[in-house]
Amino acid sequence: MNSWIEKQRNILDFTLSCLWRRKGKNLTFVIVYTFIVFLLASVMFLTDALKHEAAFVLKDAPELVVQRTLAGRHELIPAAYIRSLSAIRGVAAVKPRLWGYYFYSSLKANYTVMVPDGFGHKEGNILIGRGIARTHDIHKGDSMWFARSDGSAANFTIAGLLPTESELISSDLILMGESDFRRLFGMPEGYATDLTLTVRNPKELTTIATKIVEILPDTRPIIRDEILRTYEAIFNWRQGIMVAILFGALLAFAILAWEKASGLSADEKKEIGILKAIGWETSDVILVRFWEGVVLSLTAFVAGVLLAYLHVFFSSAVLFEPILKGWSVLYPKFRLTPFVSIYQVTTLFFLTVIPYTVATIVPSWKAAIIDPDSQMR
Amino acid sequence: MTAAQAMTMRSIHDEKDILNATANRVRKSSVFLVSAATATLLFGLMFLHAAWRQRADLELLASKRMMVGALQLTDLCLFTEARYIRHLSQTDLHTPFQDHPGALEHFPSGSLVSLPSTLTRSYE
Amino acid sequence: MLRLSNVRKIFNAGRPNEWVALDGVNLVIEPGKITALTGPSGSGKTTLLTLMGCMARPTSGRIWLDGQEMTSLPERFLTQIRRESFGFIFQQCNLIKGLTTLDNVMLPAYPTGEPFKSLRQRALQLLDLFSLTPKANAKVEWLSGGEAQRTAIARSLINDPRVIIADEPTAHLDTHLSNEFMEIVQQLNREGRTIILASHDPLVHQAEWISAVVMMRDGRVEEAG
Repeated sequence: MNSWIEKQRNILDFTLSCLWRRKGKNLTFVIVYTFIVFLLASVMFLTDALKHEAAFVLKDAPELVVQRTLAGRHELIPAAYIRSLSAIRGVAAVKPRLWGYYFYSSLKANYTVMVPDGFGHKEGNILIGRGIARTHDIHKGDSMWFARSDGSAANFTIAGLLPTESELISSDLILMGESDFRRLFGMPEGYATDLTLTVRNPKELTTIATKIVEILPDTRPIIRDEILRTYEAIFNWRQGIMVAILFGALLAFAILAWEKASGLSADEKKEIGILKAIGWETSDVILVRFWEGVVLSLTAFVAGVLLAYLHVFFSSAVLFEPILKGWSVLYPKFRLTPFVSIYQVTTLFFLTVIPYTVATIVPSWKAAIIDPDSQMR
Repeated sequence: MTAAQAMTMRSIHDEKDILNATANRVRKSSVFLVSAATATLLFGLMFLHAAWRQRADLELLASKRMMVGALQLTDLCLFTEARYIRHLSQTDLHTPFQDHPGALEHFPSGSLVSLPSTLTRSYE
Repeated sequence: MLRLSNVRKIFNAGRPNEWVALDGVNLVIEPGKITALTGPSGSGKTTLLTLMGCMARPTSGRIWLDGQEMTSLPERFLTQIRRESFGFIFQQCNLIKGLTTLDNVMLPAYPTGEPFKSLRQRALQLLDLFSLTPKANAKVEWLSGGEAQRTAIARSLINDPRVIIADEPTAHLDTHLSNEFMEIVQQLNREGRTIILASHDPLVHQAEWISAVVMMRDGRVEEAG
């Protein structure tokens, strides 16, 4: 056993010396490899963390939301529906929800305006999310101008800012009182954006939803489960597309690795011939290639994953910000809770180290079977 | 330089070389194995850090959850580009197209996000 | 020590560029002696050396080393025996560039899994023997011709082989270095090692300390004595 370890160490010594001979080339190779791992790992960490946050935080989302559609489009829901819905067995409470979008044309920014239950501030006062405060560079006590649906100007005072830690859910929110809201958007009394329901037995949600469509055919119920599943699914898909793109990059990388491993220069052939001649077996030569692969890919893998972790959880994925932001004017500043699992790391390992190893095995073997007497001829 | 000086210089060099050669040098494989061990340690630290932060952030997450309940929110505020992306779980099939005929391809976020499951399910 | 019986070696058999390197060689190499193979180029000297040194297998015929038959052994055992019993010195020094002198000398013993300390000690002793200690940590590209040659010899001795095989060792050396080489060869022989040289340099095969000369032509042994 000991001699086996010594043998591996000897061959590792030799491999490292050989790699060190062509420092520049091998270093560049490792850097590119690390970068690919870094990208993949960053995507994986980011989406998994967001997924977990959504799954936890949205557990208290409305149990059931009822939207009304007219001619296939989202339409205001009459408050009269509340009575019909309350009559359904199993429904504990029905509440109207007032919310909408305000497009701030001067900044081309989209904000979500909401009327929360029990908004205790005086008329003319609003609470805004930190993203809005940043975009407009305003603070508590400042005023903000809006254009009402009837053309008149509305002036609101910032009564407070929503907490920084909640940016991921509240960054673009504007909270105001009901009368302010209705006047701003011209929403008539007796109507709401949608209705939220609480039920006595959560297991009955699907049954109740079916009942709702029966009673009110022009409505569209959305249950909490679907909200949670939405967030589970979109991030999976996004992982998919990123993985698809990066898999392409990896494939190119694997081809490069193959080319590197198979196209032996005359010098390399000569060296293998010398090794064979002085007493190395084919398996020993293959071991050199194996250790070379291990050294390069493990270095890149470890460096890539660690850097990705720092990138996503210490700098809030700063490199992905332009992609995630898209054309949004507003982008939430958030600090994600890290979520790493053995599963993630194993997946990354299989996506990055295995293709490289496989791509170099056959060429290595082909090279290793050079005859020992080749140098003598 | 005289011949004697040259000889002295050479013998000094020789002695240094001999000492140099016979001194125990660090094996390259040892360097690598130590680095590998350090890397494994760092990996372990990474997992530990994640676990620690998960525990530390529990309160924060709980308060966010409370806010979601208080305000009856339905979505994370990730993309504010367009309505159908801002409230992804509330979107219906027509919302993207109300914003722009080619909305799904028009807004960059559209390429990152797929249609939510709520759109394909019906309660009829 | 080494016995060859009706050994034939054909390269590229069955193809248009088929070449018969050895055509029925019968030979006995005495232990503890210095044997020289001579003959014009293409006479099969190098091929014979590779077969004797277990680097390749004959197409037909048999070879015995100390009574043990070599020709039917699988590659792994053959390589092991080659490593333990033979030391090779090539026409060109054939040192691995980019590695130090010390590393090059230790190289043949790497696959044996010998503990590093003892291997290194032995290698340093060998370097000392050939006055190469100051160059132990120098890269081999920086060695002079003579130093490279001595490194190659030191390398061939790392596994303490019984037989040293040298193929045209003086081909790229001047007279001074050639003489130096032959001094070393004689010393190795005095230690009890069997030496087999192939050379068409008369300086070598006509030296009086050569015990036996085998003349070859067209893949056959013309004269042995």
